[in-house]
Amino acid sequence: MSAFSAIGETGEIDANQFTPEQEPQPTWCPGCGDFAVLKSLKQAMPEVGRSPDEVLLVTGIGCSGKLNSYFESYGFHTLHGRSLPVARAAKLANPGIEVIAAGGDGDGYGIGGNHFMHTARENHDMVYIVFNNEVFGLTKGQSSPTSPKGHKSKTQPSGVAKDPIRPLSMALASGASYIARTAAVNPNQAKEILVEAIEHDGFAHIDFLTQCPTWNKDARQYVPYTDIQDSDDYDLDLTDRRAAADMMAETEAALYEGTVLTGRYYVDDDRPSYGQEKQNIGEMPETPLAERYFDDDYEWERSYDFIESYT
Amino acid sequence: MSSEDLIWRIAGGSGDGIDSTSRNFAKALMRSGLHVFTHRHYPSRIRGGHTYVEVRASDEPVHSRGDGYNFLLALGDSFARNEQPGAVYGNEEIKPLVENLDELREGGIIVYDSGLIDIEDIPDFDERVEENNWHVFPMDLRSLAREHGREVMRNTAGVGATAELVGIELGAFEELMEESFPDEILQPNLKVLHEAAAIVRDEFETDHELAVPESTHEEEQALVSGSDCVAFGALDEGCRFIAGYPMTPWTEVFTIMSGYLPQVGGISEQVEDEIAAAALAIGASHAGVKAMSGSSGGGFALMSEPLGLAEMTETPVVLIEAMRAGPSTGMPTKPEQGDLEHVLYTSQGDSSRVVFAPGTAAEAYEQTRKAFQIAYEYQLPTIVIIDQKLSGENINVPASFFDREPNPDLGNVPTEAELEDLPHDDVGKVKRFQYEVENGVNARPIPGQKGGRFLTTGNEHTEFGHISEDPQNRVIQMERRLEKLNIIRDELDEADDSHQSYYGPDDADYGIITWGSMQGAAVEAVDQLVAEGHDVKALNVSDLMPYPVAEVSEFLESVEQALIVEMNASAQFRGLTQKELGTYGEKLSSLLKFDGNPFEPGDIVEGFEVEIINDGTGPTQANTRIEPAVGD
Repeated sequence: MSAFSAIGETGEIDANQFTPEQEPQPTWCPGCGDFAVLKSLKQAMPEVGRSPDEVLLVTGIGCSGKLNSYFESYGFHTLHGRSLPVARAAKLANPGIEVIAAGGDGDGYGIGGNHFMHTARENHDMVYIVFNNEVFGLTKGQSSPTSPKGHKSKTQPSGVAKDPIRPLSMALASGASYIARTAAVNPNQAKEILVEAIEHDGFAHIDFLTQCPTWNKDARQYVPYTDIQDSDDYDLDLTDRRAAADMMAETEAALYEGTVLTGRYYVDDDRPSYGQEKQNIGEMPETPLAERYFDDDYEWERSYDFIESYT
Repeated sequence: MSSEDLIWRIAGGSGDGIDSTSRNFAKALMRSGLHVFTHRHYPSRIRGGHTYVEVRASDEPVHSRGDGYNFLLALGDSFARNEQPGAVYGNEEIKPLVENLDELREGGIIVYDSGLIDIEDIPDFDERVEENNWHVFPMDLRSLAREHGREVMRNTAGVGATAELVGIELGAFEELMEESFPDEILQPNLKVLHEAAAIVRDEFETDHELAVPESTHEEEQALVSGSDCVAFGALDEGCRFIAGYPMTPWTEVFTIMSGYLPQVGGISEQVEDEIAAAALAIGASHAGVKAMSGSSGGGFALMSEPLGLAEMTETPVVLIEAMRAGPSTGMPTKPEQGDLEHVLYTSQGDSSRVVFAPGTAAEAYEQTRKAFQIAYEYQLPTIVIIDQKLSGENINVPASFFDREPNPDLGNVPTEAELEDLPHDDVGKVKRFQYEVENGVNARPIPGQKGGRFLTTGNEHTEFGHISEDPQNRVIQMERRLEKLNIIRDELDEADDSHQSYYGPDDADYGIITWGSMQGAAVEAVDQLVAEGHDVKALNVSDLMPYPVAEVSEFLESVEQALIVEMNASAQFRGLTQKELGTYGEKLSSLLKFDGNPFEPGDIVEGFEVEIINDGTGPTQANTRIEPAVGD
């Protein structure tokens, strides 16, 4: 019998179950795109059949990092840029739980960029939501890795001399097996993409455009947007890496020219998740490791079992 | 000691199999009934360079490498660079011989490979041999190895010659070779072994006195290193997750764990950097698995922020810090104790961590176990400090020492049934960080448990884990977290076995104080000083945080003066001691060494004589420094 009976439990799940008692009023500014992430995530949960006790929401630092303060589940608000290594280890320790990591664009593409690259490379079975508002919000408006070239801020008074980072292309090159972009202004699409990402058995990266009405007033509210799956102008084969790379490059460039393209860009259902790969080579147990500590009958191995080779 | 110990030094280049040969040599002597202790010296390079391993063998327990050595097997360096005009590295071919002469004792034995080393290249060799009464045996070990097998078997030839010269039965080596070599390698090795012994017998006249002592063990021994013992301790505490990034010398613990964990259904992760490594260990522990990580100085610096996260979120985790000489990249393969302050204080804010520095392999096992017990019982990070010396030195420990019960207990982790009795808010969130709980420790549910969900954060937080900057809440939560250290100190003080170790006569007038891996050298220094008629005893401190105030105070009360011996340049442990005790400053002077070589007992004897007996009329002859007392 599992020590974690919340996992796999069946029954009616309501999006409202994911609303906490305390702090139901987020500290986000009126009009902030972060509300849409919260709402679409709550709505995705009944569709994937997950209850609050089987979800671990791991966040970084920034306005986005407060997501798990307003979302009722197991929550771990970590460090700036470090949500992914905490999250992926939790998934290895107990693959039964639903692990979702979230953070901002500075968090994921800047300070945590190395973890983003490697977590995608390893293809952990988890979702990573990056709140992309093209600015550092909580620290009052400094330019971020996704700020457009020329973006002026108090720390970049003459404007950013760098081209913005290409988050979708980076995810693809690193090895993510589900890559999508959605926008706060399109909560239905966001919910659908979240459902797909959660159900996907691998690393699912969602670049979530979240407008910042306070520090990025000049930026568009990401309208109008185009869903490339709904548009007759695009006919993307989601399993085609080269086509995905081209479409991502076009999407990333278009954002800074006023055209908001969203949707799914790449899906590889064949690539095994990292946990499966580890199990295939005998380096991860079939039964979740976390269960063992609750199993009173387990015969724990001892160092003494190996002592012969030292005598 | 009843007869002179054999201290055998095998020297050559990295990549020549020095390490495995010395390990087998030590094991053979251990099996024959002797106490053994090994010491490594190697460069930060894959092939070649000045490398040696010493194996000390005695009929009595040994605690250190000893002073100098008395048998040199100089094998030649097959990866020596060709000497270039003006090159800084000089003639590397002769280094296995020439670099090792200064420490060879009078009357010592030299066997060198005349196939690789030209004696003509060694300055003043004959004069030095005569002056020191060395016994020299040139042998073309390389040709002998080539004749029967492959060139690398010259190590075996050297062992055969050694055995014949100091009286070790070849059977001890034959047995080990049979256990580890496939037949096609075994047969030529056996031939080389016997042939080398025969050459010594037939072609040389010997008149040296050095011989291997004789002894027997009452029970079966295991040859283990400090790193082996850290890994054993972790396994026996139910640690089944490790994350790391390679860095010398931490790599040793990481490698040993990565070998065993898949065999016991655990998980080892080599990850992108040490920030990730520590964060993974925290993530795994949060999800219900006993977990560890670690690194050496530079990598540990990257763990600074996750370490603070573990403190703030009260997530249990054990980190290993295997010190090497710093600052920065420093001397990667050389031991030092320069990371003490780094480990105690790194990460922003006030520390709530527990730090142990074991002094021996056996203590490394015990204290790693204790580190896991405290981390999980009190929900905080614990750190075990070792160093390049303790990490890689091998010593014999009775095999039965490790025959213990495992302890996979997660501490205050409720079952789902127990969760129902915890306070929840109206929608079902657990009050994870309550103010008033026994020992300041709250129940810690595990994700996936029904009715256990909670919020945790690196921000200051309320009883429900919500971010809070409320001044009253802040003070209560800080005090609850920090108070755990006082409770832990009390628990350690009340335990039957103190982590601190004492040596020498209780009523001695003078003290030598060490911390961590310098324990063994201090023990042997006390033996030598007492034999010379000095009134001295030793204290080795392992508990660094929380500091053992009562024990150290009691020791200092009992002596007139104490010499604190540590392997760093700024007397970090003395500084910690004065900060913690606030007094005794007039009694405490320091003997420091930071040249990349650990203290030999003789270094401490000399430092004691200069500073304590002769009132600081230094300097010392050894490459050590004395820092006089500075008062309170």
